[in-house]
Amino acid sequence: MTAQSYAAIMAQRADIMRASVGIDYERYTTGRLAFDYERLMADTGYDITAARAVQNSTCVGNTPLVELHNITALVRSVSASGKGARIFVKDEAANPSGSFKDRRASLSVHEARKRGYAGVAAATSGNYGAAVASQAAKAGLRCIIVQEAFDSAGIAQPEIAEKTRACEAYGAEVMRLSVGPELFYMFLRVLRDTGYFNASLYTPYSVLGIETLGYEIALQMQEQTGAFPDAVIATHAGGGNLTGTARGLRKAGAVDSQVIAASVDLSGLHMASDHDFNRKSFTTGHTGFSMPFTTWPDRADVPRNAARALRYMDRFVTVTQGEVFYTTQLLAELEGLERGPAGNTSLAAACVIAQQLDQAQSVVVQETEYTGAGKHPLAQLNLARRMGVDIRRGDPRESTPGQSIVIPEHPSQLAVVDIDLDHVRRSYLQHALESLPQGESLSDIDLAFLADETRISPTRVQEILNELTG
Amino acid sequence: MTDLIEKGSWVEIHDVVLEAGERAPQVPQDTQRVPLQMRVKGFLSAPAAIGEQADIETLSGRQLRGKLVQVNPAYTHSFGAPIPELSTIGREVRALLHDKGRAR
Repeated sequence: MTAQSYAAIMAQRADIMRASVGIDYERYTTGRLAFDYERLMADTGYDITAARAVQNSTCVGNTPLVELHNITALVRSVSASGKGARIFVKDEAANPSGSFKDRRASLSVHEARKRGYAGVAAATSGNYGAAVASQAAKAGLRCIIVQEAFDSAGIAQPEIAEKTRACEAYGAEVMRLSVGPELFYMFLRVLRDTGYFNASLYTPYSVLGIETLGYEIALQMQEQTGAFPDAVIATHAGGGNLTGTARGLRKAGAVDSQVIAASVDLSGLHMASDHDFNRKSFTTGHTGFSMPFTTWPDRADVPRNAARALRYMDRFVTVTQGEVFYTTQLLAELEGLERGPAGNTSLAAACVIAQQLDQAQSVVVQETEYTGAGKHPLAQLNLARRMGVDIRRGDPRESTPGQSIVIPEHPSQLAVVDIDLDHVRRSYLQHALESLPQGESLSDIDLAFLADETRISPTRVQEILNELTG
Repeated sequence: MTDLIEKGSWVEIHDVVLEAGERAPQVPQDTQRVPLQMRVKGFLSAPAAIGEQADIETLSGRQLRGKLVQVNPAYTHSFGAPIPELSTIGREVRALLHDKGRAR
C-alpha cells in the first residue's frame, strides 16, 4: 500500500474531514445512531437574518417569483372542470452564477474566509462548482473543483463540460476525472495537500444557505397571491434543495404548504458505471442520487449530512426524461424563459400536480437555472442519439432510461409516478440497522431520532424494526 | 527534434491516477476494467513537448505533474443540430391554447 493508494487515503478520511470542515461532528452524538440535528444547525450561528445579510453582500437571492400564466392555461385545458392550480416559478437563474447553488456556496465561502482558510474546494460536477468558484472569486479565495467529467473513451458529458468552462471562467482550478466514486478519494487528496476549506454540499452552511429560498417563496406568495403556496415542488437529488427550502418555508410560517420532491426516473442505470455515464441525459435531480440519499443521507463527504430530505417531504414523485425536455420547451416557447434542465424536473411534475388541485390553489416550482451550450436539451439529445438512445414522440411511459427517451405528443400525456413513502421509510430503517455497530442495541433516544428522521411514531419505528429483524 | 511548448503556455496534462486493478472495491465491473484518469489545465512551468511529462501551475497556484496532452485546449461543447422531436412542440401547444381561446 503506497502513501497515495486508495486504501491509504481513505484511512485518513476522518482526520482530513475534521481539519477541512471546522466542525467537530462527534460533539453532536446523542445515541448509537442519534445526533442532535437542530443543535448542529444552530451552532453555526446563521439564522435567516444572518444568512440573508451574507447573501445580500454578494447579490445572492431576492430572485423574482414569476407566475406562468400560459402554462397554467395549457394545464387547465387538460384538467377536470375547476382544476388546474396557478403555477409559479422562482427564477433562481438570476443569481450571480446562474443557479440557486449560489445560496449554498455563500455561507461556506463566507465561513472559510472568516476562519482564515487560503482557499475552498468542492467535489461537484454541477452548478455548485460554478457557485463556489464565483463566491470564492468575490471573496479573494483560491478554489479547486473536482469533477467526474468524462468516460473511458474520453467523451465528456456536455453539461459537465459547460461547468468546467464556467468554473475556469471564475478562475478556479478544475480537476476533471473519469467515471467512478474515487472522485471522493481524489477530493480527500486535494484537501490534504492544500489545507483548503471543504465547501461540501452537505454541511450545515450549505443547507442553511437554502433556507432563504423557502423563506423568500413564502413571503413573495403572500405578497402576490395573499396566501402561502399550497404546494412547493423541489427537484430532488442529494436532499439539500428540498431540506433547505422546507426549513425556510416553516421559518416564514408556511407550515401547511405541501413539500413535494421530484426526480427524473433513471432506474436501471448505475451511477458508477463507465458504460452508463453518457447514456444519462440528466446529471442531477435524478433517482440515481435521490433514492440512495433519501433512504440513507449519511453517505456524503461529511460525517453527518445536514440535508435530511425524508424529514421534510410530504410526497415524492418521478417524471421521465422525455417529459422534462417537453416541459423545458413549454417554458421557453409559452413563457419566454429559456432555462436549464434542473428546475424543469419540478415543472414537469407541477404540470401534473396542478391538475390535482383547484384553480384557486397554487403550486411553486422553486428553482430555475441558467442554460447555455452543453447545458441544453439539444446538446443532451444529440449526445443521446450518438450513444444509440432511441428518441421519439409518444407515450413517455414507454421509455426505458438509457435505451429510449419518449417525448410527449400532447400535454395530457404528462404524468407523475408516486414513490411509496412507507417503502422509503422501511428502506431507511433497514440502512439504520445495518449501520448499527455489531452487538449494540438502540436506545429510546435512537428510537426518537429515527421517528424524527422518518416522520412516524417511535412505536411504529419499533414495529418496523421488529419486522425487519424478525 | 520534437517541438518544445513555451513556458507559461496554457496547457492540459493527463495522468492515470488509479490503474485498472487499483480501483475502489465497490466499483462495478465495467468501471473496474478501466483506469481512473485525471485531466487538469494550467500554465506550463518549464518548456516541454507534447506527450512528455510536464509540470504546470494550476489556477489555484498548485504545481501538478502529468503527460502534456494539449496546448490552449478548446471548449468544444455546443448545442448541435436542432432536434426534430422538439421543434414542433411550441407550434402544437400554441394551437391548443388558441383553440381553447385561453392564450393571453
